[in-house]
Amino acid sequence: MAPETQQSLKYPNIRVQEEDFDLSTEVAKLREGHTDVGAVVSFVGTVRDINEGDDVAVLELEHYPGMTEKALENIRQEAHQRWELESSVIIHRIGKMYPTDQIVLVAVSSRHRENAFYAAHFIMDYLKTNAPFWKKETFPNGEERWVDARLSDQEAEKRWK
Amino acid sequence: MVNVLYFASFREMLGKASEQLPASHTTVESLIAELAERGENWKQALLDNQNLQIAVNHDVANRQTEIKAGDEVAFFPPVTGG
Repeated sequence: MAPETQQSLKYPNIRVQEEDFDLSTEVAKLREGHTDVGAVVSFVGTVRDINEGDDVAVLELEHYPGMTEKALENIRQEAHQRWELESSVIIHRIGKMYPTDQIVLVAVSSRHRENAFYAAHFIMDYLKTNAPFWKKETFPNGEERWVDARLSDQEAEKRWK
Repeated sequence: MVNVLYFASFREMLGKASEQLPASHTTVESLIAELAERGENWKQALLDNQNLQIAVNHDVANRQTEIKAGDEVAFFPPVTGG
């Protein structure tokens, strides 16, 4: 069995993949079988064409297979413990991406909107500082730069302590 | 043996993604001390680096974390996903 297949069986609500995703399809899957859902909140992260004042031509995402899925599942479980949720999914893309491409999807459903809003925000803040992904930018002239971790992301995580 | 992994800028700076090392260390700290003797880039990345991130068997770890034969130890810079 391919390692990716093993991971997807172990963590059915976590996907780390090169392929793009479709928001409508994912939200429909998230709601399937949950007739008591009254709220769905989704967040889609996309590739900017500018970072730290520089034009970005390509963004490459590297990760730590095995640990990534485990870390994302831990964050998802933590969200379910903190708020009453019906379902949730996290999709993160890896490999080469280009400006305007989608990188990450977090979607959660709950009976009432407040839980879904909070949980989606929490999952994204924790993903930023706890899931082992690394971004490398390539500029139009071909130069490369590893993206530095932001202090603002560390601060964003703290608000949930 | 211990499986040691290096990610992102570490992989580039140290020139390797992974290696098998004898399980002759009981903590991450002692493993780092040995690796740091390989040269200035190893010392800078692992020993002198206040932002060093460590994982043992896919869980977040630190320098004091104990290691044994069969473990997977990973070193990497702060994460930047999302």
